Amino acid sequence: MGDYFSMLKQDVRFKEGLKACMNCGVCTAICPAAEFYDYDPRKIVELVQSGNNEEIEGLLKSETIWYCGECMSCKTRCPRGNTPALVVMSLRTLSMKLGFFTESEKGRQQFAIKRTVGENILKYGYCVASYAVSPEMHREQGPIWEYILKNTNDVYERFGGHVDELGEGPLRKIPDNVRQELINIFEVTGGTDLFDTIESHSRKKAEEMGLQFENEGIKNEYFNEVFTANKKKHTH
Amino acid sequence: MQTEGKKRIWSEYNKEIADDHYFYVRSCIRQSFFPGSEQFFLKFLRDDLRKDVLENPSHTTCTGIGYHADVVPFSTIMTVIARHYALMKEAGYKNIVISCVTSFGVYTEILETWKHFPEELEKTRDYLRRATGREFDLPLNMAHTSDLIYKFRNEIAEKAKYLLINHKTGKPLNIVEHVGCHYAKIFPKYGVGGAEFPNVLGGMIEAWGGKVIDYPERRHCCGFGFRQYLVQANRGYSLSNTVKKFDSMKPYKPDMVLTNCPGCTMFMDKWQYTIKEMNGTVYGDNGESIPVLTYEELAGLVLGYNPWDLGLQYHMVQSEPLLKKMGIHYDPADKYRTRDGRQMPVPENMINV
Repeated sequence: MGDYFSMLKQDVRFKEGLKACMNCGVCTAICPAAEFYDYDPRKIVELVQSGNNEEIEGLLKSETIWYCGECMSCKTRCPRGNTPALVVMSLRTLSMKLGFFTESEKGRQQFAIKRTVGENILKYGYCVASYAVSPEMHREQGPIWEYILKNTNDVYERFGGHVDELGEGPLRKIPDNVRQELINIFEVTGGTDLFDTIESHSRKKAEEMGLQFENEGIKNEYFNEVFTANKKKHTH
Repeated sequence: MQTEGKKRIWSEYNKEIADDHYFYVRSCIRQSFFPGSEQFFLKFLRDDLRKDVLENPSHTTCTGIGYHADVVPFSTIMTVIARHYALMKEAGYKNIVISCVTSFGVYTEILETWKHFPEELEKTRDYLRRATGREFDLPLNMAHTSDLIYKFRNEIAEKAKYLLINHKTGKPLNIVEHVGCHYAKIFPKYGVGGAEFPNVLGGMIEAWGGKVIDYPERRHCCGFGFRQYLVQANRGYSLSNTVKKFDSMKPYKPDMVLTNCPGCTMFMDKWQYTIKEMNGTVYGDNGESIPVLTYEELAGLVLGYNPWDLGLQYHMVQSEPLLKKMGIHYDPADKYRTRDGRQMPVPENMINV
């Protein structure tokens, strides 16, 4: 078994997020995730603070660490200056690094996020852009969204937009040399490594689950499974 | 009554907002869903107030949504932000203005990290040099775009064509303000009024004649939750939190919701549509839903801008009930026209139509 507690301490967000927890539970009281999911940030911090690597390993493989919405409301309210959400963020990073994230239904979703928002960043220079938000995957956007996508140039032009064209304005095309700078940043800082780690562990998990996996895109059984599956009981 | 002490205490909740010469960075979500807001901001600052605002087309996403959905490492986002500071330095600017609350939260987190852990700043300098050959300085002043509208709220009030007053009854409109978690909950000192008394939107509402509603879930998250919305299986989290907020505000009969954050604007607008589709619930009076506006859209209405040049027609919940209450004269025929006046198709099944 690894010394997970020491690994967590390498993450600057962990150092900032966990000073000394007195287990008062204010974080849980304020937490939107605790209201919806069977989730208690107080217990996570208590467990991690114990330094018990066996229990931390359980946490790294659990559904629990993926319930937080990173609203950071706990940061404001902790009377001891801890930030449980930062502790959770460092747990998630470690869970992915060690390949433990595919052990849970919620953890496996990292593959879907990488293939959508993650890849948008390097493909378009944006996390989100209108042309990357498909109505089929976002029914809640309503009929106006289909309308905007059908009439894209006319809609955005009225607001100074240059959809996929060089220059200033909304939805401007990010020039290739700029995207290359982003790609270089991802390579130098570990962003590409994280993408590769998510991919390789997900491929392995897809094989184990007997689901079809493609090296690119979202049209494969494994993507569909992790994007939509809600087989476990996650709520109260 | 002596108010000196109160003034001194309140001064601690205020932030310094630069007066001119801004380096502007856009929002991925706003440029996609509310492009009229960003256009108003630039036009208002440059043309109406004669301020100097630079948009460098080479700036990119901050990667904040990827970071908060845990697919972008902290070192990576720190270096992407450092690249934006490098572009700012190269253009000779020192004041950054950020058009997104998620980005703003990330910028504050990174500045504070560099203060508390100087070795992270040095590491980032090295990463940026190796990846791009660029060098950067820290900003002298950092503002969210709403900070600037707040700063100039009285100038807007002086030029107001319409106020936040029901023109038939003469009573102030009831307005819900939602500042968004990452504006000041993470590092309160960067927000107007801090985390306890966030006044960035409330100050605008009061300056323009409206009444701010105080309701139990006023500071509750809109429900975005990053991965809790991005992944279809998790969207119950996002929707449930929005329901909690709207249930809480409903008894106060809001005439509109004013938002600060791109995600909050989108969710509070689109989830109202979803809830209506799911079980028929609406949260406004007279069987209507509540219009959700950005601070630029509202400032534009107050100043008498054409609502259709602000982009209100591209929300799911349409704003006509609000326009009528404010006594705004608008041209329905101009609603779905192109920039050069060509008629576009009219979308169907919109809310409040």
